[in-house]
Amino acid sequence: MTVSEITTWQGDVEQLKGLVSERALSGETMVLNMGPQHPSTHGVLRLLLELDGENIISCVPDVGFLHTGIEKNMEAKRYEQAITMTDRMDYLSPMGNNLVYCLAMEKLIDLDVPLRAQYIRVLLAELTRINSHLVWLATHALDIGAMSVFLYCFREREKLLDIFEIVSGQRMMSTYFRPGGLWRDVPEEFEPAVRDFLDYFPGKIDDYENLLTSNPLWLDRTQGIGFLSADDAIRLGCSGPTLRGSGVNWDIRKAIPYSSYDHFDFEVPLGQHGDVYDRYIVRMKELRQSLHIVRQALDNLPGGPVRSNNRKYVPPPRSELGQSMEAVIHHFKLWTEGFRPPEGEVYVRVESPRGELGCFLASDGSPKPWRVHFRTPTFVHLSALPHMAKDHLIADLVGIIGSIDIVLGDCDR
Amino acid sequence: MGLTSKLGGMGVVTVKLEDAINWSRTRAMWPMLFGLACCAIEMMSAQASNYDLSRFGMELMRPSPRQSDLMIVAGRVTRKMAPVLRQLYDQMPEPKWVLSMGDCASCGGIFNNYAIVQGVDEIVPVDVYVAGCPPRPEQLIHGIITLHERVKQERLDDWV
Repeated sequence: MTVSEITTWQGDVEQLKGLVSERALSGETMVLNMGPQHPSTHGVLRLLLELDGENIISCVPDVGFLHTGIEKNMEAKRYEQAITMTDRMDYLSPMGNNLVYCLAMEKLIDLDVPLRAQYIRVLLAELTRINSHLVWLATHALDIGAMSVFLYCFREREKLLDIFEIVSGQRMMSTYFRPGGLWRDVPEEFEPAVRDFLDYFPGKIDDYENLLTSNPLWLDRTQGIGFLSADDAIRLGCSGPTLRGSGVNWDIRKAIPYSSYDHFDFEVPLGQHGDVYDRYIVRMKELRQSLHIVRQALDNLPGGPVRSNNRKYVPPPRSELGQSMEAVIHHFKLWTEGFRPPEGEVYVRVESPRGELGCFLASDGSPKPWRVHFRTPTFVHLSALPHMAKDHLIADLVGIIGSIDIVLGDCDR
Repeated sequence: MGLTSKLGGMGVVTVKLEDAINWSRTRAMWPMLFGLACCAIEMMSAQASNYDLSRFGMELMRPSPRQSDLMIVAGRVTRKMAPVLRQLYDQMPEPKWVLSMGDCASCGGIFNNYAIVQGVDEIVPVDVYVAGCPPRPEQLIHGIITLHERVKQERLDDWV
């Protein structure tokens, strides 16, 4: 094979029609494939780029390289078994996925959740948000060229993973939230570990900000890049820090409070310009706000049970099994065939670290869900990526992808 | 020779060529920067400050398959990704090794369905499997050391 044969594209030009401009078909502009194996696409994203020199004329995302069939697989599992699947969707915020699925089940069967469980859920969901933002900051900075931030962020992240391991026994895939509450109460070591982190972490955020926030190289690479106006952000269905970076005040924790988020005092940080830098600033401020929520939750943590008393849906505690025949029957029924929620459909949404994470759950009255669908923020944000990347240099695309914080597991499921 | 005298004037060290080659291969085995799913995050943890994979001669993750010796398949391999993965493997220069990280890559894990390849060994030859969902960084490091032990056993005439 000659060099010209290798470098000329062998595919069918007809397939490109409609995706790229006519200029690309005549060879005036270049069509470049980016990914799925690329260090800066945060997983297995493939982008079809049409370039005029170094300028991006159009950008077509190709997703599905991590399509796991989770939604379909969940239909084959019982409601409680399927929680393990949700962890592995958005693998940077497992607890956020657990939360939205558990909230959907609880709404479907109208199950109460004790206040202590709600507070611990909020606490862990916020720690997960910090965890996710740390990985975002590490990889985003690494993409733009700041290696040391990566090492610092992963150092702090280990402390969070230790906390998750204390409560659930697993570092990442915790499956700690269950319908009607939590798997079990938090152990004794939990509170000191979180307090240590609360004392330790604010200084570290200062360190990151010292490294980046007014660093001229960072400003050059991020300011004025990937501009997204407030109207466009709403029109494209953006949510979370991507939307708030454009100055739209929309946070589901405030707008439609769930899991007793209305008991907590926190601010929703907003950007002004809607560029990569503003989205960075919003997430850095969110780190501090999340710490603030964690502190409040820990200080006001109420006592009491962590699982609902509704025995038809929630298994009885181990201690009752030796004394009550009913408890044994409930335990046996729940672990052999699961619970049967009433027929119906629900939609629940939470604010995941990336934006609005929704769960649609349809039940036909059997112990397995009839249909589960997740509305995931990454999928929506990727459809906004061509809009943001247009007319930018190819080198800036890396920063724009980083700024919308994509997780392909979240997108493809 | 200045350096030799500082080292105590050792003069000549005799060693089997096989041992010298295998030793040098284990001390600079560059992995490919190739993350698929959740396990990739733990692979990054193993690379970062707390676990520091560079202690084992692996500080460079190469994004290009043409510069890497070890492919760590970190995460679930989908049917859409499988041909890409095979192509990446084919582009790696010999000698090359594959480490299957995590349950999904090793056997499909919890995802026994239409989308996931039930074990990456269906498409590439795997040298070491690391169990866990996802494996801890310590487990990954153990897998890599196991692979190093294997490489040290290799015979020159096996691949010449």
